[in-house]
Amino acid sequence: MRIKNFSASRTFAWVVMVLFVVVTVFPFWWMIRTALTPAADLYTDNASLLPHDPTFINFTRVLGLTTEAEARAAGGSGAHINFARYLLNSVIYCGLIAGFQTLFCAMAGYAFARLRFPGRDTVFAILIAALMVPPIFTLLPNFILVKDLGLINTMGGMVAPTILMTPFAVFFLRQFFLSLPRDVEEAAILDGNGPWGIFWRIALPMSRGPLITIGLTTIVWAWKDFLWPLLVGRGEENRLVTVALGVFRQQSPNTAPDWTGLMAASTLSVLPVLILLVFMGKRLVQSLNFTGSK
Amino acid sequence: MSVTKRRDDRRAAWVFLAPVLVGFVVFYGYPAVRGVWYSVTDYTMLNTPSFVGADNYTELVKDGEFWHSLLVTVWYVVLNIGSQTILALGVAALMHRLTRSTVLRATMLLPWLVPNVTVGLLWTWLLDTNLGFVNHLLTSLDIGPIGFLTDDTWAMPSIAAINTWAYTGYTALLLYAGMLQVPQYLYESAAIDGANEWRMFRRITLPLLRPVLALVLVVSLIGSFQIFDTIAVTTFGGPVNATRVIYYFIYEQAFRYFHMGYAAAAAIFLALILGVLTAIQMRLLRASRSDLA
Repeated sequence: MRIKNFSASRTFAWVVMVLFVVVTVFPFWWMIRTALTPAADLYTDNASLLPHDPTFINFTRVLGLTTEAEARAAGGSGAHINFARYLLNSVIYCGLIAGFQTLFCAMAGYAFARLRFPGRDTVFAILIAALMVPPIFTLLPNFILVKDLGLINTMGGMVAPTILMTPFAVFFLRQFFLSLPRDVEEAAILDGNGPWGIFWRIALPMSRGPLITIGLTTIVWAWKDFLWPLLVGRGEENRLVTVALGVFRQQSPNTAPDWTGLMAASTLSVLPVLILLVFMGKRLVQSLNFTGSK
Repeated sequence: MSVTKRRDDRRAAWVFLAPVLVGFVVFYGYPAVRGVWYSVTDYTMLNTPSFVGADNYTELVKDGEFWHSLLVTVWYVVLNIGSQTILALGVAALMHRLTRSTVLRATMLLPWLVPNVTVGLLWTWLLDTNLGFVNHLLTSLDIGPIGFLTDDTWAMPSIAAINTWAYTGYTALLLYAGMLQVPQYLYESAAIDGANEWRMFRRITLPLLRPVLALVLVVSLIGSFQIFDTIAVTTFGGPVNATRVIYYFIYEQAFRYFHMGYAAAAAIFLALILGVLTAIQMRLLRASRSDLA
């Protein structure tokens, strides 16, 4: 039952709610506002809610579209930055991981749920035990492994530990495949389909919802990834947006950081997830109910 | 089921499982064993590792910086989990009684979607001592300016506040989802008995939410113990070690000083803490499923 009548407490509750939303959203507004401000205005106009003399120069210079001299004049350090490239790298990184991981984990989940083979429960139990292994435990050895394989500074090295599987995705998709009705499968067998045919033509199309859920969550986590890509993909050509932001911040002098440039770059790092939220918001919100354990 | 079907299944299963099994063995199983091995060697990434017994562990126990990093981490966890859970519970309760708006929920999710690195940068700018917006507000109220990220007493509470901002909406949505499971008739009969909102929250919502709340709490705890990204762009472990958390300690030992063996030992220490929390989480997961399904 909701609070139906207009009352003082209801008004107060709404005020608190609105305040919460304002505090949630304001930093983003301030980020965009700063990104649109000419660097020189930061010292004169640093508290007005609107940019004094709006400009796109900060965006063009972090996207590598201006000359070094122009960038320097607009408050940059002159260091080479190309966020267009980093954004593309991040999109490729997320796409590869989300696509392949979802497919491979769906295949495994299906095998665990629907196929009969000796040792099934033991293998599954061992896999699930890996949920208990925290990432820090495998981080250092995985780095050395990737280094020994000569994959430092390659996209392959960056996606290697996550592109094939995460135990959670296998667990989650198996749960779903367990609930698929059996008779559809039996009809498919009568039509002459083998296990692969059933999986590809029947099981996958029937599980679009869970597949999108796990894919979306994987995209979000991959977009936020920082430490692993920092260790493996530090070089310019495979640098992700998050790593580039970290590098940009460290290149920025301590005395007078390039705030307008940093905020323009930050805005670019938020834009893709914002688009995702606008188009897939409902699904993302729903996916929380499933993936709260992650 | 026919014999041929079963044989088909067997062959297909290993094909279906191949990528996942390769991924598991190469990037989970093998590294886990390697991690334990490195922790008892003097590996620096340049030498051939040689066995040193428990040396790394005994050194770790005597290392003041290690204990400091652990202490700082716990301080962060307490601050962050405390504020985040209380706030999220309040917001979820308000939402539960006021609105089901999807737009509102999507907005609350926004800070969680953004990379921690971006969140760190955003707030470093907002909290800047000289030009930051927050200090501008404080100065106009005749308080401050405060060196939120440059003063060693303020640095950790500021980091905790930043991540509270980033994760409260997300946590609130998880709790809200739990509240939707509470049967409506309980509120209706309580209303007939003349119970007020606060009483309903304390006597109905909170007790029935306990399994979900416990789960969310443990999940956030596990996350908080692993704080790294935010610190890597805001304070870099400073000022005067005030924010050098254990993850940062391990990172520096491994990739700045190349004490791989030592870092591996510290990682095992952290892994033990996280392993216990994860075990609790998995138990709670089972319990909450059966309570709410």
